[in-house]
Amino acid sequence: MEKKESRTVTANEIKEQYKKFIGRKIFFIFFFIALIVGITGVSTSLGSADISVWDAYSSILRKPFPNLFESELIFHWDDVPGSDNERLKQYLIDKYDIGWVESAEIIKSADGKISIKGVGENKVEITRNEWDKEKATLKISGDIDPGHRVNDFKAKKANGKLCIHESTWLADVCVWNLRLPRIFLGIIAGVGLGLAGAVMQAILRNPLASPYTLGISSGAGFGASLAILAGAGIVGGKYLIVGNAFVFALLVSFIILALSSRKGSTPETMILAGIAMMYLFGAMTTILQYFGEAEAVKEAVFWMVGDLNRASWPVVTIILGTLACCAPLLMMRSWDFNAMGAGDETAKSLGVNVEHTRIITMVVSTLLAATIVCFTGTIGFIGLVAPHMTRLAIGGDNRYVLPVSGLLGAVILISADLVARRIIAPVILPVGAVTAFMGAPLFLYLIMRRRREYW
Amino acid sequence: MKLKVKNVEFGYNSTLVLENISMELDRSEVVGIVGPNGAGKSTLIRCIDRILTPRGGSILLDGTDISKMTRMEIAKEMGYVPQTTTRVFPATVFDTVLMGRRPHLGWKSSDEDVDRVLKVLELLGIIEFAMRDFNEISGGQQQKVLIARALAQEADILLLDEPTSNLDIRHQLEVMDIIKSIARSKGISAIVAIHDLNLASRYTDRLLMLNGGRIFAVGDPESVLTVENIRRAYGVEALVKSDGERPYIIPVRPVKTR
Repeated sequence: MEKKESRTVTANEIKEQYKKFIGRKIFFIFFFIALIVGITGVSTSLGSADISVWDAYSSILRKPFPNLFESELIFHWDDVPGSDNERLKQYLIDKYDIGWVESAEIIKSADGKISIKGVGENKVEITRNEWDKEKATLKISGDIDPGHRVNDFKAKKANGKLCIHESTWLADVCVWNLRLPRIFLGIIAGVGLGLAGAVMQAILRNPLASPYTLGISSGAGFGASLAILAGAGIVGGKYLIVGNAFVFALLVSFIILALSSRKGSTPETMILAGIAMMYLFGAMTTILQYFGEAEAVKEAVFWMVGDLNRASWPVVTIILGTLACCAPLLMMRSWDFNAMGAGDETAKSLGVNVEHTRIITMVVSTLLAATIVCFTGTIGFIGLVAPHMTRLAIGGDNRYVLPVSGLLGAVILISADLVARRIIAPVILPVGAVTAFMGAPLFLYLIMRRRREYW
Repeated sequence: MKLKVKNVEFGYNSTLVLENISMELDRSEVVGIVGPNGAGKSTLIRCIDRILTPRGGSILLDGTDISKMTRMEIAKEMGYVPQTTTRVFPATVFDTVLMGRRPHLGWKSSDEDVDRVLKVLELLGIIEFAMRDFNEISGGQQQKVLIARALAQEADILLLDEPTSNLDIRHQLEVMDIIKSIARSKGISAIVAIHDLNLASRYTDRLLMLNGGRIFAVGDPESVLTVENIRRAYGVEALVKSDGERPYIIPVRPVKTR
């Protein structure tokens, strides 16, 4: 006899529990988005140039919303001399500690130059730039720290008035040209790898499936090594290495697909074929390196460890475009992945065209992973671990596992990159190694303390 | 006639697994498929649900050949209950049953789907396990969950592949009871591949005995489960008794082969 529950559970209670269960999953989606935004801010603010977290955010947001995140208004050009006199003086006193302006007179000359003259050498001049209408220059001479003699202002028309703002040029350049491409690459590469890993594990029903174990990374590594060491490649020029990596990554997966689309092959066939490919291309890379020049070998090894140093806006755009095409195609099939998780037969009986779905999603997720890996090198760990961590947190429903695994992948990658950049700055460690170094102990901890039967 | 199987053949390469199988299934009818290991019971069930594609013959569902239907259309008509499911990744009982709604829904599951799942879980008396992990519950409960999924699918025909083989006797009876009673109350038809001849005798309306991929005997339990048939199909000496309504079988010893 089964043990009778002391109390019967009603449908309504279960419904409540189910809603909470879903709520928890949605919470994780928002939590990780918030975490990504947070890490982006912190990561942008850290580096050789000193930018505060707040400046980092306003620099980021100033581009899409120029008026909302404008820097501090110093004065209106036309109101000086006039109603903005005090404003300008206060600014100069606060910022440059030149008390003498308090009692000095402000004059505007006919050629449009504002000058404030003090005793002796003390003088402040503000001129509008002849060439660049959006710029104004502040010059201070006399008794002042030489580092602060010149400063740029930003001139901007708003509501018919010419406003002079604090310049944000340095922060903007630093944030937008140097730091953001790297962080954005980290985010989209993390999302892509996390998503591709989750999809591969779902359709192959195997906890070991990932872009790395399916040989995609080794294919890319071999392609890149071939380009670096032998100078041979399929596409030439600037994109030799990237193009080669991409082509060989795809080649590997097409071999795997061709082998496993034969009749009677199982998901295990795909995994085993992937591992065989991983060894094969690993061996070929080793042989190439064995005969390579020391410098070239070093470069090839550096390429393969995986990092975000090659980030630039074009790269980000390419990967983002691929992600935007692939992600909806994969997410759309979440139900099919759920059904396939219960076995091919069950999935078929639930109306899923199993073979077709498996091939299509393998092609799409491989394309996504290959596009990322050919720019970043081998960042192997995320595709394997992000899906597992996700399932430990929110269970196995792929409708939520796919997006959360992507977001978690991004969180892991950009936080690992943050550590990689800062831990022994100015040396930047390869993020691929740091990811595994930080992620592996965390992952072990999570599987050790798991409460339920998992694999 | 709900389902008609005509001259179905199936094989791998040169070996024929099923040969010339024909059968019919009425509304509300429970048909059992019995036969020794390797006789083709599971294969036949999978062919009917087009999980396997037969090499020859046809399967008509309400007069339509299922080879001309999409998988999704078939899934709305027939639900398949596998013997066991080994899940690699976790899923709650609720999500497992919700998957049965797959043929009927888009990306988002509606409140109505949730309510249907709850109703099915209540019907099978497993609602208290709804939020537990599928892998954590007992074999008998798992079997009920798989049946629940097929019911949530709202199919007219259930195809069950040895639903009782891993269960203790109480769960065996419970599961067969469920199948029988939903067949009666909801007008659902069922085909059950089953090893236990006594359960087959008690709970099915008609029996199909397979041997070596062919139909060996077909008819009501009394006419199929005879001493002679059991000896020839299974190679087992058995006593067949009757409680006045249904035969019951006591296996005695394997037939000595020289």
